[in-house]
Amino acid sequence: MKRTWKVQLWRRTIMGVVALYLLLPLYSMFDFSTKPFGFADNGRTLRAWKVIPSQPDLGVAIARSLITAGIVMLLILVMIVPTVIWVQLKLPKLRRPLELLCLLPLAIPAIVLVVGIAPLYRWISINLTESPITLAGVYSMLILPYTYRSLSAALDAVDIHTLAEAAQTLGASTFRMISGIIMPTIRTGIINGSFIAIALVLGEYTISNILNYKTIQVVIAQIGRSSGNVAVAVSLASLIFVLVLLLLVPSAKRRQEVLDVDLA
Amino acid sequence: MSHISEPGAGSAIGRAGSRYWRGKTSYLGALPFILFSGLFLLYPTYNVISGAFKNQQNKFSLSVINETLHSPITMGAFRNSLSISLRTAIAGSILGGLFAWALVTGKKKGFLYKISVALSSVLAQFGGVMLTFAFLATFGFNGVVSSLALHVAPNSFLASSTWLYGLNGLTVVYTFFQIPLMILVFLPTIENLRPQWREASDSLGGNSREYWTKIGFPVLTPSFAGAALLLFVNSFSAYATAATLINLSSFLTPLQIASALSSEVGGANPAEAKALSLLMVVVVTVVMILYSLLRRRVSKWEANR
Amino acid sequence: MTFSKFTRASLVAALAVTLTIPALSLTSASAAKVDMAKVKSAAEAGGLSGLTAACQKEGQLNVIALPHYWANYGDMIDGFKAAYGVKVDEANPEGSSQEEIDAANTNKGTSRSPDVFDIGVAIAVKYAGTGTFAPYKVKKWSYLDGAAAASSTGEFTPDYTGTLTIGYDGSLGTITSLNDLLLPKFKGKITLNGDPLGSSTGLNGLFMVNKALGGTFDDVSKGVAFFKKLKDLGNFINVNPTEATIASGQTPVVIDNGYIQAGVVKQFAAAGKVWKMYTPALVGSTYNMAISAWAPHPACARLWLEYTLGETGAKIFAIGGATPTLWVWLVKTNRAPAAGVAAIGKSKVGASKATADQATAAQVYLKTAWPAAVGK
Repeated sequence: MKRTWKVQLWRRTIMGVVALYLLLPLYSMFDFSTKPFGFADNGRTLRAWKVIPSQPDLGVAIARSLITAGIVMLLILVMIVPTVIWVQLKLPKLRRPLELLCLLPLAIPAIVLVVGIAPLYRWISINLTESPITLAGVYSMLILPYTYRSLSAALDAVDIHTLAEAAQTLGASTFRMISGIIMPTIRTGIINGSFIAIALVLGEYTISNILNYKTIQVVIAQIGRSSGNVAVAVSLASLIFVLVLLLLVPSAKRRQEVLDVDLA
Repeated sequence: MSHISEPGAGSAIGRAGSRYWRGKTSYLGALPFILFSGLFLLYPTYNVISGAFKNQQNKFSLSVINETLHSPITMGAFRNSLSISLRTAIAGSILGGLFAWALVTGKKKGFLYKISVALSSVLAQFGGVMLTFAFLATFGFNGVVSSLALHVAPNSFLASSTWLYGLNGLTVVYTFFQIPLMILVFLPTIENLRPQWREASDSLGGNSREYWTKIGFPVLTPSFAGAALLLFVNSFSAYATAATLINLSSFLTPLQIASALSSEVGGANPAEAKALSLLMVVVVTVVMILYSLLRRRVSKWEANR
Repeated sequence: MTFSKFTRASLVAALAVTLTIPALSLTSASAAKVDMAKVKSAAEAGGLSGLTAACQKEGQLNVIALPHYWANYGDMIDGFKAAYGVKVDEANPEGSSQEEIDAANTNKGTSRSPDVFDIGVAIAVKYAGTGTFAPYKVKKWSYLDGAAAASSTGEFTPDYTGTLTIGYDGSLGTITSLNDLLLPKFKGKITLNGDPLGSSTGLNGLFMVNKALGGTFDDVSKGVAFFKKLKDLGNFINVNPTEATIASGQTPVVIDNGYIQAGVVKQFAAAGKVWKMYTPALVGSTYNMAISAWAPHPACARLWLEYTLGETGAKIFAIGGATPTLWVWLVKTNRAPAAGVAAIGKSKVGASKATADQATAAQVYLKTAWPAAVGK
């Protein structure tokens, strides 16, 4: 692979600029969260951060939100990805409607969507369960724009018709074809789509706040009510928590040997 | 095109029955998703949109829609929303796209790659009060950068920080979550730009520019456009961040919607909120149609080469 | 294969869900001999002790839109929890009055619906008589200033009044007149809590500036013109001030309710700084307490009203800088607690208040005038 100094310079500049853009505001938050804010503080303090582990509701909320994220993941793998593949393969007429459907959750702001979905959740609360885990239903729709775009981008570059034909010729069942042959090919798309789904579930606030479900972000907002410094510290802590969580998810080993995007 | 994509050509699941039904059984595969999205997405959307067509007496009427759309406040807010969505979509897609390229030309599956993807997932969702605070803490009065600028470059715009409290400032703040979103959705495509194509182009005597204009860009453009479209819609419907930075219900369409829903001083008008949401859905549909026209044109051009 | 691991993990998660859902589902509340939802006064429930017993059986109170720094609600909630040993579930701390009612409608019939509301006059009047509120008269109802005028049946009861004021960082000097705000040293620093088109605090802030300039509740053009001047100079910014922005110095001048400024004074003192206040004109707003007609914990809702509208609650409100509606009676009968007197004084606040109609009329005018003045 040719890596001239020009390419390297471009690379480093771009990454530097973007990294600065994204990390500088986060640093400012951290800077503020360590400023003195109480009678007992002399200069910089980590007191705002120390408040966090002692909150009783937090553990339960984290567990519940993680389970909800798990269910959404399940729905992605078992329902959304196969449907997108199926439409691409067999139902080309549905492709544009599906694309529009997957953009719909973004077209309506959350504060309005919650007005539309409230009757359904009222019914669920009264007749099934009041657990916040039921939010997985609406969350799996909220992630559609991002997840679908990720999947679609991956599918665009792969000729799945040929793959499907080959699989059929070799006698694979539909299930085997989709799960064993096509899904691994669009692995990056699925993983990226899942990452953003998990981040969305763990970061969603508006709908759970209005429906008064105690999800992780709602509890975090409550923790932050005691002071501005604590609110900022707790928000950063939740960012770091989700980040670490995502880093722990094993990323797929790429079967492709060498990917060379050469610009020289 | 492979014959598998034609309905009726023998789907893997249905064997018995007439040829007509055999084609239709393919649709069964999409049924679970259709039912699920019908319940959790289409039903609430219908609730919202049908509310736009009702007047005070709960009868069918176009009066609310008429009134809302003709008000100059709506037009002003809408113009601002379109402007900021366009600007952040362009800025985000370019910066994010370039970063995705830079990532992919680096070490494969190295730590930098992993953390970039994870951090992008988290930051794409980061918004609202905290994001505004982060930028105020950086560029606002008494902020990290503005305090520094006061010492180093007291006459620059960075030192005065009034630029932040307007459309330009909001654009910069919105781009903060647009960039990671672009990285996430565009990465799978750019990774699939196969090295064999580059090798083939090189061996046939093409240089870098030819590779990009004849192979690279045409392959990337549909996904790039799709991703930019997503960024546009994402920015259009963002609410919480703007609500904190620009406390003015007439500034953007989502702010207008929120005020119509939750005003404490007699301005609450849920029907207006629904009419505005209908407007947003229409806008997204129109943009989607433009996008699919663009794609059709691109693929026609590709097929004719 | 990595995907099997994924699928396996997800299946485990699904199993965990199906096992935990029964454990997390709601158990229905036991029926009480007295239907607490219909009780109109403490006497009907067996006095305060009967009410307390019923509430402790219910075990929880749902409140909504009560930030801890607002009129000292932090101490109020903690005090209630300590006095009666019940849990208090706090929803949506930053919600508006309209959102409180919406939450009750959205969650109607579930155990998460709010029990009590603390709402502005406009919303209280809007929903009175629609079956949203359960009428209830607290024991001290006849001593509450303005209670009978507000609602003869006790559908909603005024709880505290606050006056608007301009709070600012002491390091900026001392403000002695409204025109000081036009000075260049205030460039990019002046904020208003809430948008006058959506928030009663924002609207009252505008009313206060307007009154100081000689305007009336029926004509706010003078106030709007002043804000336009401030915006054109670059002194006024549209940022919505929060605790964090005030503490970090991003919004050093805030036009807000006095009882919120009281909290900032404490905060700043703790960090070794000074927060000063300047009141150009006396404009006040009264908030009102109401009980939801379908409150999931009706006994606790009524007990909450008895607590907050009684002497204990009055003391807590007073210390927080809000004037409780019980204050006039407390001062007259020499029962005003010293700490409260230190915070808000003994005189009845002579603040003028806008009626619901005046607020609505102003809102119609502001819909075009306000964006024209302080928009882009």
